Amino acid sequence: MSVDTATVKRVAKLARIAIRDEEASRLAPELGNILGWIEQLGEVDTSSVQPMTAVIPNRLRLRDDVVTDGNIRAQVLANAPQAEHGFFTVPKVIE
Amino acid sequence: MESTYRIKGATGDWEVVIGLEVHAQVTSNAKLFSGAATAFGAEPNSQVSLVDAAMPGMLPVPNRECIRQAVRTGLAIDAQINKWSRFDRKNYFYADLPQGYQISQLYHPLVGEGAIEIEDGDAVKTIGVERIHVEQDAGKLMHDQHPTRSYVDLNRSGVALMEIVSRPDMRSPAEAGAYLTKLRSILRYVGSCDGNMDQGSMRADVNVSVRKPGDELGTRTETKNVNSVRFVMAAIDHEAKRQVAVLEDGGAIQQETRLFNPDTGTTRSMRSKEDAHDYRYFPDPDLLPLELDDAFIEECRASLPELPDAKRKRYEALGISAYAANVLTAEVESARWFDALLDTGAAPVAAANWVTSELFGALNRLGTSIVDSPVEPGQAAELLALVADGTLSGSLAKQVFEAMLETGDAPGKIVEERGLKQTSDTGAIEAVIADVLTKNPKQLEQYRGGKETLFGFFVGQTMKAMAGKANPQVVNDLLKKALAS
Amino acid sequence: MSDLTDLGIRQIRDGVAGGDFSAREVAEAFNAAVAAAKPLNAFIVETPDHALAAADKVDQARAAGETLPPMAGVPIGMKDLFCTHGVQTTAASHILEGFKPEYESTVSQNLWNAGAGMLGKLNLDQFAMGSSNETSYFGNVISPWRRNDGGNAPLAPGGSSGGSAAVVAGRIAPGATGTDTGGSIRQPAAFVGISGIKPTYGRCSRWGTIAFASSLDQAGPMARDVRDCAIMLEAMSGFDPKDATSLDLPVPKWEEGLNASMAGKRVGIPREYRVDNMPEEIEALWQQGIAWMRDAGAEIVEVSLPHTRYALPAYYIIAPAEASSNLARYDGVRFGQRDLPEGANLQDMYAATREAGFGDEVKRRILIGTYVLSAGFYDAYFTQASKVRTLIAQDFERAWKRCDVLLTPTAPSAAFALGEKSADPLAMYLNDVFTVPSSLAGLPAMSVPGGLDKAGLPLGLQVIGRALDEQGVLDAALAIEERAGFVARPERWW
Repeated sequence: MSVDTATVKRVAKLARIAIRDEEASRLAPELGNILGWIEQLGEVDTSSVQPMTAVIPNRLRLRDDVVTDGNIRAQVLANAPQAEHGFFTVPKVIE
Repeated sequence: MESTYRIKGATGDWEVVIGLEVHAQVTSNAKLFSGAATAFGAEPNSQVSLVDAAMPGMLPVPNRECIRQAVRTGLAIDAQINKWSRFDRKNYFYADLPQGYQISQLYHPLVGEGAIEIEDGDAVKTIGVERIHVEQDAGKLMHDQHPTRSYVDLNRSGVALMEIVSRPDMRSPAEAGAYLTKLRSILRYVGSCDGNMDQGSMRADVNVSVRKPGDELGTRTETKNVNSVRFVMAAIDHEAKRQVAVLEDGGAIQQETRLFNPDTGTTRSMRSKEDAHDYRYFPDPDLLPLELDDAFIEECRASLPELPDAKRKRYEALGISAYAANVLTAEVESARWFDALLDTGAAPVAAANWVTSELFGALNRLGTSIVDSPVEPGQAAELLALVADGTLSGSLAKQVFEAMLETGDAPGKIVEERGLKQTSDTGAIEAVIADVLTKNPKQLEQYRGGKETLFGFFVGQTMKAMAGKANPQVVNDLLKKALAS
Repeated sequence: MSDLTDLGIRQIRDGVAGGDFSAREVAEAFNAAVAAAKPLNAFIVETPDHALAAADKVDQARAAGETLPPMAGVPIGMKDLFCTHGVQTTAASHILEGFKPEYESTVSQNLWNAGAGMLGKLNLDQFAMGSSNETSYFGNVISPWRRNDGGNAPLAPGGSSGGSAAVVAGRIAPGATGTDTGGSIRQPAAFVGISGIKPTYGRCSRWGTIAFASSLDQAGPMARDVRDCAIMLEAMSGFDPKDATSLDLPVPKWEEGLNASMAGKRVGIPREYRVDNMPEEIEALWQQGIAWMRDAGAEIVEVSLPHTRYALPAYYIIAPAEASSNLARYDGVRFGQRDLPEGANLQDMYAATREAGFGDEVKRRILIGTYVLSAGFYDAYFTQASKVRTLIAQDFERAWKRCDVLLTPTAPSAAFALGEKSADPLAMYLNDVFTVPSSLAGLPAMSVPGGLDKAGLPLGLQVIGRALDEQGVLDAALAIEERAGFVARPERWW
């Protein structure tokens, strides 16, 4: 399987990881190699198989509709790289 | 019912095709996957748990009530309830999305196909609902607090939403407006969403395309987060006309996300969503499949109230006019109030007429809603009973009602205290009539000389002398007798 | 009195309870060992005060005549993937440098409730992605072991729980927490000659543990022997309503239930685990293990797990896919590092923050995960891998009809030298060939030391059990332990 640098860049952009051209060139064959190896899965006939949905048979539990959390703004903001007036802040966004 | 709504273009008529994705905030105390509160208007980031802020290692646990409300909503529109559904992650990066993904349901939604009926005059049209799924709301960004920074408030982050996806079955802004109004009404009857559009509890993504009648579907645009019925209609109107102009200019419609500006009534392309189209949905590995049993679904069904269509039909069967039945059932609070009135044994038609004219008129004048009505259904029942048994005339009833609005007192008490009771005491009325005839000899002579139109004059004088409290029928009878003698 | 750091969990617990020594003496002895172990680079943060405070509480409780909790007085190492309140938690990444959680993970809290104390936060492969502990932002962990060839080549302690493995093997902690996504407890345990168990998926809460791949991640103990693992696993496990995948079951009394007799038990030998180019010594150890099982009274049966060879490729789709999404929250907005180049907009900030914050292996896996989930590839990769995962689980289900536990080697080789495999990601991934299938099926699995190779390095045997049958796994491992008589330990050079 061959992966080109444009693909690496497109995927890196989707994943929001900045990538320099030389890195993309280095990663392209590496990812191609891994993806090529992964592709052997295609050999397995899975036409009558359901994808696994729960590793161990278990039922999704639902919780009661009770307020048990919140009012912890100080803790929520404690590790923020930048916070002001009770808000997290980010570079201005134009919507 | 085929819509005849068309956009007139230079090349002919264009048909508009509309689908709505309505995001309705589920009424619940706590968020969909965390125990933080959902109340509107709290201090920034005060209703945020570590889960909502997507701290490392935090995990979602679903709120039963949010699932229950979505199922009840599905049942209310006769939709299929999927006993096996699951949550998927929708991956994208944005500052209002702390996890870097929204937990939603793409592949296996909780609620499948349903339908909603809308009316246009006497015609009824069915709008298909493709699905309802449950998902997390995002946080809120504020752009006007700082010259170079946007502020992030996560209070809404993780609040439960139902996304109610219609089929592209609407063909005019009016139909879209009717659909949204009807959907809102149903949600409020069910109690699964408060329908407060100005607080963002309900907002619509509006999918619009245009085509020449009979053609294939055109490319659609999606206008995000439109938060009133009026704006939805305006956005469709603008977007349809814009698309027609583009197409007639030889251009092509870009499939894109747009933003509606309520101040100008126009839409524009949304830069921030430009490259967000590959969401990489996959099943959320933090959550198991959601499996519902029959008992759960039956409890949801049993808890449903009478819904607007059924209620309207019941009212009509009681003899109430279609118009009044419509008005009474449009808002759940009005219907609840009216049902309470009917429960007292009030005559349905008289009650409906009084509520739709007198009560609604008064509430309008006072600028208040039925929830804050100064008059209770029990008091209204008493008033209507006083009219029915002849104690109050129509005009006296109006006076008593005004006094009720002012004081909040019961009508019986007002009638008693102010002596507003209508009298049928023939002796008293005869005495007044004799007095009126004595004081108006000229008119009496003219009447007896053949000018019978003066009868009304004598009625008026008698009623006036009795401060309006005489039974008009009795006055009529006695007057005729006195004038004839 | 012998050196307290020679003692394991049970010995410390019993010694403290019996008054042979105080919990404080134990904590001080291990704190000193931690301080002296810097050349191993096993700790990212040392927390001697935490260990002392926990010890003092235990000593006071004992003085007051209170019943002591099950790990009273035992200081342990905490893999730096578990969030610890007020103590920096990094997942060995730069992006979380300086992050001090305002909360305590359920697993670590359970341990503190059981009377344990914390010696420090242990180094690991970044975000638990690696099999050699070479992907940590805070540098490699050096194995306490050296080859007996006289060369001093620094060896890999295995990964991702490399710090945990190194401190337990080096007598720097009597036990340590690990996490296992595809073998991250078992492979390092095998590399350094200690025991480690990954319980059934859902036994240990994932709440407060930094996620790598949610459907695979499980915490477990790493300790000197099987009994110590049983004690520590009991303390770590338990239902947690904050984790929707947590098993709502009582925690069995595994220590009490230990029984090394395999009489009446059937041990399955999966033929597909006999891989190409497997070193002779591994094969020999496996045969030795089979002999031990037989000696313990077990019936040996050959079984087939036909989809074994597809486990690794399926794992390298599912784990990176989940990771690519789980790691999206590291965006420089609410915690951790932020990289904001001059004039950058929000999306530039994300890209710069994540470029600077994640190491190469983490980026590689995020890219693979993003790729396999992206439009047009989802079904071919992720759905297919999820189906293969079903087939792998079905393989095990069929095997359980014929046997009670499975016996395999833990890893295809002994510890390798640092740098030996780091240039070839694929070669590194193949390290997990024996551990990944049971991870995909959520089954309990344990590594127990079996012997040494020619170079004097430990080799491990793996026991895999039915879901929820940790007892069966521990019992079989105990039977091996009793027969292997593994007493080798690294000579102290640091």
